[in-house]
Amino acid sequence: MLMELKEQLLSGSAEEYLSKLFLKIERSSLNGFTSLARESALQQAREFDKNPGKGRLAGVPIAIKECISTKGIETNCSSNILRGYIPPYDAHVIQQLKAEGAIIMGKTNMDEFAMGSSTETSCFGPTRNPWDHDRVPGGSSGGSAAVVAGGEAPCALGSDTGGSVRCPASFCGIVGLKPTYGLVSRFGLIAYANSLEQIGPLTRTVEDTALLMEVIAGHDERDTTSAEGKKSYLPIKEGVGGLKIGIPREYFGEGVSKEVERAVWDAINTLEGLGATWKEVSLPHTKNALAAYYVIAMSEASSNLARFDGLRYGLRPGEDKDWHTTFSDIRAKGFGPETKRRILLGTYALSAGYYGRYYLKALKVRTLIKEDFLRAFKDVDLLAGPTMPIPAFRIGERINDPLSLYLADVFTVPINLAGVPAISVPCGFAGHLPVGLQLIGRHFDEATILQAAHTFEKATPFHERMPEVV
Amino acid sequence: MEDVIIGLEIHVQLNRLRSKMFCGCSTDYHNSEPNSHTCPVCLGLPGSLPVLNKKAVEFGIKVGLALNCTIEEETLFYRKNYYYPDLPKGFQISQYDFPLATRGHIMILGDDGVERDIRINRAHMEEDPGRLVHAGTIDKAKYTMVDYNRCGMPLLEVVTEPDLHSPKEARAFLDKLKSILEYLEVFDGSLEGSMRVDANISLRGGDRTEIKNISGFKGVEKALSYEITRQKNMQRRNIKVVQETRHFDEIRNITVSIRSKVGAHDYRYFPECDLVGLRIASWVPAIKAALPELPDAKRKRFVEQYNLSDDHAKSLTSEIKVANFYEAVAARAPPKLAAVWIADVLKGELNYRDRTVDCFSQEHMAEIVNMLAENKITEDGAVQIIRDLLDGRGSSPDEIVRSKGLGKIEDDAVQKAVREAVAESADAVADYKAGSERALNFIVGVVMKKTRGKASPGEVHRLVKAEVEKI
Repeated sequence: MLMELKEQLLSGSAEEYLSKLFLKIERSSLNGFTSLARESALQQAREFDKNPGKGRLAGVPIAIKECISTKGIETNCSSNILRGYIPPYDAHVIQQLKAEGAIIMGKTNMDEFAMGSSTETSCFGPTRNPWDHDRVPGGSSGGSAAVVAGGEAPCALGSDTGGSVRCPASFCGIVGLKPTYGLVSRFGLIAYANSLEQIGPLTRTVEDTALLMEVIAGHDERDTTSAEGKKSYLPIKEGVGGLKIGIPREYFGEGVSKEVERAVWDAINTLEGLGATWKEVSLPHTKNALAAYYVIAMSEASSNLARFDGLRYGLRPGEDKDWHTTFSDIRAKGFGPETKRRILLGTYALSAGYYGRYYLKALKVRTLIKEDFLRAFKDVDLLAGPTMPIPAFRIGERINDPLSLYLADVFTVPINLAGVPAISVPCGFAGHLPVGLQLIGRHFDEATILQAAHTFEKATPFHERMPEVV
Repeated sequence: MEDVIIGLEIHVQLNRLRSKMFCGCSTDYHNSEPNSHTCPVCLGLPGSLPVLNKKAVEFGIKVGLALNCTIEEETLFYRKNYYYPDLPKGFQISQYDFPLATRGHIMILGDDGVERDIRINRAHMEEDPGRLVHAGTIDKAKYTMVDYNRCGMPLLEVVTEPDLHSPKEARAFLDKLKSILEYLEVFDGSLEGSMRVDANISLRGGDRTEIKNISGFKGVEKALSYEITRQKNMQRRNIKVVQETRHFDEIRNITVSIRSKVGAHDYRYFPECDLVGLRIASWVPAIKAALPELPDAKRKRFVEQYNLSDDHAKSLTSEIKVANFYEAVAARAPPKLAAVWIADVLKGELNYRDRTVDCFSQEHMAEIVNMLAENKITEDGAVQIIRDLLDGRGSSPDEIVRSKGLGKIEDDAVQKAVREAVAESADAVADYKAGSERALNFIVGVVMKKTRGKASPGEVHRLVKAEVEKI
């Protein structure tokens, strides 16, 4: 799709294309974008029209999640506490995108600090699912997924801490990749849970995801956890002949909607029809993943979010009192309820006397989960299952029941705990709502899941269907 | 004072490094505008990530080895979580389990005059927070400003076992530690805030208090002395000493309670996942091989090589600059005499003026010692030359000798003056013969007048006595 767009931009006008997008966004009721970089984007488009340059994404507009730092453009994690914060520097991925000529068109809505699976905890209000405006787009990268699915941006970046790219990709019927931990530099990504998260693309096709990965992946010395070496993903190998797919027993059954299960099995059958073989495997610690994930993520979050005190940037309402009072006031006003809940739980889990019982135990579970995957990958080349156990739910349906929201992450969080890559591709519909197939690969073996996803996409029509413009 | 138990935690800025602990900002901020040595990383801006300065770890290992510590196979960084305006991330990157170095010791001279080892519990690395500048005094300031220039400076925290028994021993330990750090060229103690001390102190049988953030070695001595008196008086009045954190008020010279144990911090230490574990075992052999000669070894060598007294050797080796200065002088002048003049005279004159040995030329010192050895100047003259050079009255020893006529006059002339003086002082000679030893002083005075002070009084006294005895 991006390849065709590049052709179209070269023969036509990037300015015109971008202006149309901005017009569409203005009239949109999705609430996917939180801010637009109209001036700088149009300026860049005009320059492209004069001299297209050689960048691999020259002239291509891209939407960026609110938690990825963009120099000169407000970056607020959809939180009141960061309103008005304009980063003085670009995240590594933004530098890479700019170097290839991409046009940053604006920032997209998200759950506050990426804490959620529905984009409802944002200080800007919920983003709507393009397929059904009464439903959530998933989260936390719900804005990025919705604007791509709704045709308001050709591609976007999100971040995935426990499923935040794959969940909205699944709910919105597009492609989303969570890369291997360490593959994409986190420099400039505002941390929620730094040992778990990666920046990943949200696109209409698998090929587009591969193209964005070629641009954003690679070593960055400013991120100590970033891996050495540069990988190439294009052209994607086509065909799944000889690939062995593992079907984790624990990813089906209780809690998984019948329609999701059927769509995923249809997809597995399709892959088998295309030449792959499958066998059932077991990831026995899947049942412990959610508990471990939430303890680790909240613990890290309680520390990562400690820096927001209004002293140097962000919210600074009213008159200053003594430091402790001012600081407490700012945090009381600036954070939303879900963020406060996670900070409190994380603080508790790290406290003296509880650290061993919660945090250390969660780390042990994390190791067991990683071993589950390594064991499974001895027999199979990739794993397949549902991305989400259910299709997109209604706005407001679960927001007051955090536990039921957390449960929806059951198949996405183990992937972050293990650090392996996973992609969500559209694999059918539950009624009018898209369903996503999750393909999970070995560490740094994005190539295989891209190959399987691409082959599947070529053989199926799901990615071609667009939501009706409401 | 065996009933006093003191343990120290010393925060040492590794300020000889060029860049900060986790970013590329320069460490040379002392004369800069506030907040001019900062970047997204040391300001903790959202999305920034720390990158470890490997040289800082190397420096840390150096110190660990010099303190006779075990260097861990693999070292880990942790987050120490607490809120304070000088801490821009809301946590400090520090170490907890698996610190860089553990279980070491260094030797000090105890109050009983016997040298003994003080055990080191651990030495770990961390980043310095920023600095608060109050508009006025801390309790009356209307507002406070924060300067983040210091933020991210590489710190090494050295923790001792409770092996010290008096403020003086604490001071001796700090002097020794400073000496070692300067030998290793990892530390410049002349910069403000480069070494800050927390002291734990208790009387046998009582609870301990911690005095936080004392700057200056004199401050440590004073704070501990006050705290001993305070705790003793509480015991005498049958009041229990409670475990608490206290602040040393440098102006009033007392310690005041700032936090009881009830309000103690829970720092919620947990691993810093933005930094990966560092396997350092393989670094050790090369660093060990490159370690310089340390104070104790140098002192021993000075005694053997230059035939110095242990006291002189100790005095000359306590500061690396002085030791290097001494060796340069000893290469050009008689070493034993040079030791006396540097250790006993030059160091005193420098201390008096609050200056360091850098400001004195090695050539000049060698020249002075040589003139003394060749009897060309008197001891008083030598002191005069040193003072004049330090105070900018004269450009070289030779020049001062000539312009001030400090040259010791020839022995013949002295002899002549002695003979004349004895001949002219019949009364004094008679008094001496009658048993008045003091009568000689009169004759010495006459000789000094004749030689216009250029003769050495001791020498003249000896010559006069010999001359009178002849009569």
